[in-house]
Amino acid sequence: MQTWTNQHRKKRNLQEKIIETILLLAALTSVLTTFGILEVLIGESVYFFQKVPLKLFLTDTQWSPLFADPRYGILPLLSGTLVTSIVAMLVAIPLGTIVAIYLSEFAPAKVREIAKPFLELLAAIPTVVYGYFALLSVTPLLQTIFPDLPGFNMLSAGLVMGLMIIPLISSISEDAMRAVPQSIKEGSYAMGATRLQTALKVVFPSAISGISAAYILGISRAVGETMIVAIAAGLQPNLTWNPLDQAATITAYIVQVSLGDLPHGSLEYQSIFAAGITLVLMTLVLNIIGYFLTKKYREIY
Amino acid sequence: MVAENLQTLRGEINQRKLINNLFAIVGLIIILVSILILLALVLQLVINGWSRITPEFFTSFPSRRASRAGILSAWVGTSLVMLVTAFFAVPLGIASGVYLEEYARKNWFSALIEINVTNLAGVPSIIYGLLALGVFVYQFNLGESILAAGLTLALLILPVVIVTTREALRAIPNSLREAAYAMGASKWQMIWDHILPYSFGSILTGIIIGLSRAIGETAPVITIGALTFIAFLPDSPITSEFPFISFAWLKAPFTLMPIQMFNWVSRPEPEFEVNAAAAGTVLLFMTLTMNGLAIFLRYRFRRGIKW
Repeated sequence: MQTWTNQHRKKRNLQEKIIETILLLAALTSVLTTFGILEVLIGESVYFFQKVPLKLFLTDTQWSPLFADPRYGILPLLSGTLVTSIVAMLVAIPLGTIVAIYLSEFAPAKVREIAKPFLELLAAIPTVVYGYFALLSVTPLLQTIFPDLPGFNMLSAGLVMGLMIIPLISSISEDAMRAVPQSIKEGSYAMGATRLQTALKVVFPSAISGISAAYILGISRAVGETMIVAIAAGLQPNLTWNPLDQAATITAYIVQVSLGDLPHGSLEYQSIFAAGITLVLMTLVLNIIGYFLTKKYREIY
Repeated sequence: MVAENLQTLRGEINQRKLINNLFAIVGLIIILVSILILLALVLQLVINGWSRITPEFFTSFPSRRASRAGILSAWVGTSLVMLVTAFFAVPLGIASGVYLEEYARKNWFSALIEINVTNLAGVPSIIYGLLALGVFVYQFNLGESILAAGLTLALLILPVVIVTTREALRAIPNSLREAAYAMGASKWQMIWDHILPYSFGSILTGIIIGLSRAIGETAPVITIGALTFIAFLPDSPITSEFPFISFAWLKAPFTLMPIQMFNWVSRPEPEFEVNAAAAGTVLLFMTLTMNGLAIFLRYRFRRGIKW
């Protein structure tokens, strides 16, 4: 009897160990993914920068890899990315914040229960459908205001992108504001402040760390967004800061090259990885800024 | 004097109340307007595409003539790729979530995995496409196949599945775990027989949301080289001869619903806009149904269990 129990226990312990190891291996896939991303991006970019000097990449004002005389200056793609992202954030940050304040401080429970799932659905629409909206619904509408607006333009892509990012910003900011303890709000009410005064002067500053994280997340989403800009902002690299112009973004360039049939190992093939690493560095910088902002302003109750 | 002060004070209070109420109205209006704009856009899409949504649209291959083109290869491709995605993302995601929540000790190693998952969720989807192009297509030599696309999208939605699994497990009170241990269950028996069944509903919601995101993803699949014009179907997974199951379809070239729509949107001929709208309507119907289902399930399970 005794030996049976021991044997049984041994077998069970072994089984437990095996299962734990399998689960650990599964958890390591995500680490492997990160390594894979770094390996691929850095590996191919190294080849690229052997042929194109880094200084030229950063300072040349032309991006024309598919021409007979190829030029590889990232600036035009960077300006396209920044302009569309700025337009999007001009829409998404104010509106997303107001929606968050309204939902967390003003809205009756009934309104919140109905509005939140709708906002979630807004975020669930495929980006290619948003691209259709931008190109075929919003641009014609904008053309009635700006008659000279070209069919592809950054304004309409940015506006639609902003609409898409509102739910992201509002839901994270709302969570941050709801985490502010009730006692602090009640303290403010007791001093005679209205809801709005409490929201703006007490709740918002207390939740600023979570809210800034939401903004950063929104910006990196806009910077990395692909289909809306590829469909509605055009595929022509263009060094301009005017949102009424057309211009390609970093992501749109990657899509454009992928649609063609590029030989593996060619300079054009490697150029999409150089564009990709620029994109990753931009989101990385944003994430680091976000990390420090969150740390600096974090309030612990 | 006092009466006058009181007067100005009342005036100020009324003004603040007015501003307060105005803000409440503005907030409500913004929510309503953004939802209405969206409804209008969706409605326009559906109206534009409605005339093309016929049975033939679902059973025809793409064609150079807009009126004869359909989405057969696109929806078959989407279904097969989703099969692969779910096959990899669901077990991997749940296993990682269980490990991080139930097994991982608090040390630098588990912190590393955790930070990594959070960061991966923020990586732009097109970067996953570049990863897949370099690793799956060329290093693993999978080519521009259904398998490569399914694996790419599986990696993309893995963080979603991991995060929801962890949240679901965290919501289960410790007393339940202790009760299982008290009855002599091993750790894995406790997880398999008690914790996973209880968190099943919430995990399912996460899986549905992840898959609905994968269905709409376009950029990473374009990057690995999905074709936009496919006039044939991959080999059927079920064959008439022994062993009745074939995996040849995994190696087949493919197209997907969002790619088909992108192709039609970017054509200069206006007739194809109608096709794009029709494909968009079908795609939207798929993702919104899945998300609606997820939201419904979440409310249901939340109401169902009270600890």
